[in-house]
Amino acid sequence: MTLDARIPDGPIEQKWSAWLDAHALVGPRNRAAHTVIVVGTGLAGASAAASLAAQGFRVKSFCFQDTARRAHSIAAQGGINASKDFANEGDSVRRLFVDTIKGGDFRAREANVWRLAELSENIVDQAVAQGVPFNREYGGALATRSFGGVLVQRTFYSRGQTGQQLLLGAYSALQQQVAQGMAQVYSRHELLDVVLVDGEARGIVARDLVTGELERHAADAVVLASGGYCNVYYLSTNAKGSNVTATWRAHRRGALMANPSFTQIHPTCIPQSGEYQSKLTLMSESLRNDGRVWVPRDPDEQRPPNAIPEAERLYFLEERYPAYGNLVPRDVASRAAKAVCDERLGVGATGRGVYLDFRDAIAERGRATIEGRYGNLFEMYQRIADEDPYEVPMRIYPAPHYAMGGLWVDYELQTTIPGLFAIGEANFSDHGANRLGASAMMQCLADGYFIVPHTVTHHLTKQRAPVDESHPAFDATVRDVQERIDRLLAVGGTTAPQVFHRELGNVMLDKCGMSRTEAGLCEAITRIAEIRAAFWSDLRIDGDAGHLNQSLEYAGRVADFIELADLMCLDALRRAESAGCHFREEHQTEDGEPLRDDERFATVTAWEHSGEGAVPVAHDEALEFSSVALATRSYK
Amino acid sequence: MRFRLELWRQADPGADGRYEVVEADGIDAEASFLEMLDHVNERRIASGEDAIAFDSDCREGICGSCSLVIDGMPHGPRRVTSCQTFMRDFEDGQTIRVEPWRSNAFPVIRDLVTDRSAFDRIIEAGGYVSVTTGPQPNPNAMPISPETQEQALDAAICIGCGACVAACPNGAAMLFTGAKVTHLNVLPQGQPERRWRTLAMVEQMDEEGFGGCTNHGECSLACPQGISLDVIGMLNREYRAALRGKPVAGTPGMTAQ
Ligand SMILES: Cc1cc2nc3c(=O)[nH]c(=O)nc-3n(C[C@H](O)[C@H](O)[C@H](O)COP(=O)(O)OP(=O)(O)OC[C@H]3O[C@@H](n4cnc5c(N)ncnc54)[C@H](O)[C@@H]3O)c2cc1C
Ligand code: SF4
Ligand code: FES
Repeated sequence: MTLDARIPDGPIEQKWSAWLDAHALVGPRNRAAHTVIVVGTGLAGASAAASLAAQGFRVKSFCFQDTARRAHSIAAQGGINASKDFANEGDSVRRLFVDTIKGGDFRAREANVWRLAELSENIVDQAVAQGVPFNREYGGALATRSFGGVLVQRTFYSRGQTGQQLLLGAYSALQQQVAQGMAQVYSRHELLDVVLVDGEARGIVARDLVTGELERHAADAVVLASGGYCNVYYLSTNAKGSNVTATWRAHRRGALMANPSFTQIHPTCIPQSGEYQSKLTLMSESLRNDGRVWVPRDPDEQRPPNAIPEAERLYFLEERYPAYGNLVPRDVASRAAKAVCDERLGVGATGRGVYLDFRDAIAERGRATIEGRYGNLFEMYQRIADEDPYEVPMRIYPAPHYAMGGLWVDYELQTTIPGLFAIGEANFSDHGANRLGASAMMQCLADGYFIVPHTVTHHLTKQRAPVDESHPAFDATVRDVQERIDRLLAVGGTTAPQVFHRELGNVMLDKCGMSRTEAGLCEAITRIAEIRAAFWSDLRIDGDAGHLNQSLEYAGRVADFIELADLMCLDALRRAESAGCHFREEHQTEDGEPLRDDERFATVTAWEHSGEGAVPVAHDEALEFSSVALATRSYK
Repeated sequence: MRFRLELWRQADPGADGRYEVVEADGIDAEASFLEMLDHVNERRIASGEDAIAFDSDCREGICGSCSLVIDGMPHGPRRVTSCQTFMRDFEDGQTIRVEPWRSNAFPVIRDLVTDRSAFDRIIEAGGYVSVTTGPQPNPNAMPISPETQEQALDAAICIGCGACVAACPNGAAMLFTGAKVTHLNVLPQGQPERRWRTLAMVEQMDEEGFGGCTNHGECSLACPQGISLDVIGMLNREYRAALRGKPVAGTPGMTAQ
């Protein structure tokens, strides 16, 4: 299989407009004859569903939550980037493009990233028109702030609830289309398989989570916007329900999975405090604008943080990276925190924590300013950690947060299965080996509002035989799904799904997390096989499939996470270099910075599923850098 | 810590429900209420019993999924979501009663899980600004003072959890609806549809079977987002003003055709 990203010819600045000018259109009166399925109602899915429905296509939108508005995107805090240069710093599309390529450590596709930077400007306008209340300056103009990994203030925000406000904007646009009769939302539904007819995606099989019924839904195109898979680590900043099932089922049907080992471990999260814990809470990265990160210089330090004099504090980011200081990209900040904790300098009961201190910022700018910027985050910290961050420095530690890897897509965001598109965190496209802050929402909304509505339209102009739910392909797929559910229920062991999930997470965090080695990854692969065997022999699911059964839902997701974990380790093993988040200890510079191998690995690795038990096959897409020179990242 | 839980159990939407007493022991004081239930479920599954169904997702107080009435109080004693309620706030050995939201408009699906789709239909009725995707005006050409923005955002942060309804003796949805109407009606973007929106959303609220407001104020006290009763005052004023104006014909929505 050769991977063709189908990047339009021409200068990078004009590729997208050239594509738009040339793509085929569906006439307004013919649009309602086409059905498009959109799986997921996060920023990517809700914006795509609302836009496609407004264009006049029939849209069926799916989510597993009880309403579209609760998709995981709701939890995004800090903000969204746009290269509008409202702060008059000389920001531009090119700068956002360069920052993103460089932030991703040269492992993203130039053409896609340029388009993302270009579209970033429209997103904020669209959101404001919907009534999203972004923060404003005294004169009434939009406010911006800076975010990790860049030197300009291009991040737009609504206090610390930007994701919520953007998602409610997209959700209300979707509900408007529901009122118009153009969109239908199937909440409490889970996609369990994609239906292929003649090699094309022509529908899905979804389980109604309330009645347990397996439903068939035919369509002319299927868009997956099912989010990221960081819950493979068990504990992450993702919502409890975030999972890989939709993309993994598509992968098993033939969609290639790209760079699965590229997962971001976010530096500023509340440290884990015990076994019982079910998730980790992110403290927005925007806090690093005013907070200073440090640990005591003495490993045996016993004093409370405020009693430790300045000279005995190690501001390790500021010392090591004087140019960016506390604002280095996430992968750099996370590794640095891990390194000082490995040297026994960590703080808190577990020794896995560093201070994020606002003392100086409060002294300099006043408590009211800090409260205005981060009030709700401070409140959240206090609620969870039971400590007052205005008085005592916060304790933070890195936690799994975002999946840069995902389904391989071409320039049109189409997977290797024709008619199957992937957008938002579910695809791999724009962030390379590390994502910069405030750029996930930007990508989700660029994909959903401005790209996929056009690329799906283009796809719909191609001739295809009509297919409905009575097509034999639906019978066969429903049978497969039913068999799998039966198999899960039939194991009949004594262990709850979360026990296997927790164990898998421990292995992954340890061996395929912030730092990876060949030996560790090989060991992980063996451990994963053991967990898989134990899962399929000792799992117990209570109840049956004929009604709401959360254990059954969860077990299905854990089974898919186990398979994904194996592929992540294979991918991490194959990529014998360090790039961005992917830090292979064998490949580092003398002072511990990641060492890329551009000769061999300036590529995207896309994995093909080759059947139960068979070794997956790796395909490489070569990355070309012509608009920005391949260079070693330096934040010093 | 250990607790004696009296949990509402109900097999299916139409089925009769009952309380089941469940012992929870070996609970970490730092665990959240939902993590305590996870722990109970993990043990129940291992010992051959069935798990207790409850809704949750983000587990950080923002998605609005979790929805437990804890000892008679929606979301429990601390005016935060159920997922942000921690066991350190309870006494060791305490008996805690756990129920689903109780409201005609939120039927029980199973155990502690309810159907809150009525809220979606209220939004569907008018909780949006009718814009479609495409080129939009320069946002700075429409200056909005920080005060107006704050007022809108203070209302827009509603997470749609439904605690306000569960807390109200009448099962009214005025706080939820008022929050959305306030968010959009104070902003310049919301002006063209202001009257129509208010009428449509209130009408839908009534149709869904929510009760009337008699100014108890329990809703705001239970609200984890601290949505103020002001939004109900605003909703009432907007509604009266909208009624005085001429009815608006048709829906203002638009599609590309
Ligand atoms: C705590 C936190 C803070 C963040 N802050 C920021 C920030 O400040 N700025 C930024 O840019 N990014 C931020 N991010 C990242 C960003 O929020 C996510 O990358 C983004 O929201 C993902 O959106 P999505 O639309 O791709 O998917 P999601 O929002 O994850 O939505 C997935 C959807 O798919 C549905 N789904 C999944 N599987 C199935 C299935 N099998 N069947 C049916 N439906 C399914 C779900 O129901 C859901 O509707 C943050 C992330 C976290 C966790
Ligand atoms: S108003 Fe408050 S209690 Fe009611 S739904 Fe919104 S957040 Fe929940
Ligand atoms: S689980 Fe999201 S608010 Fe409680």
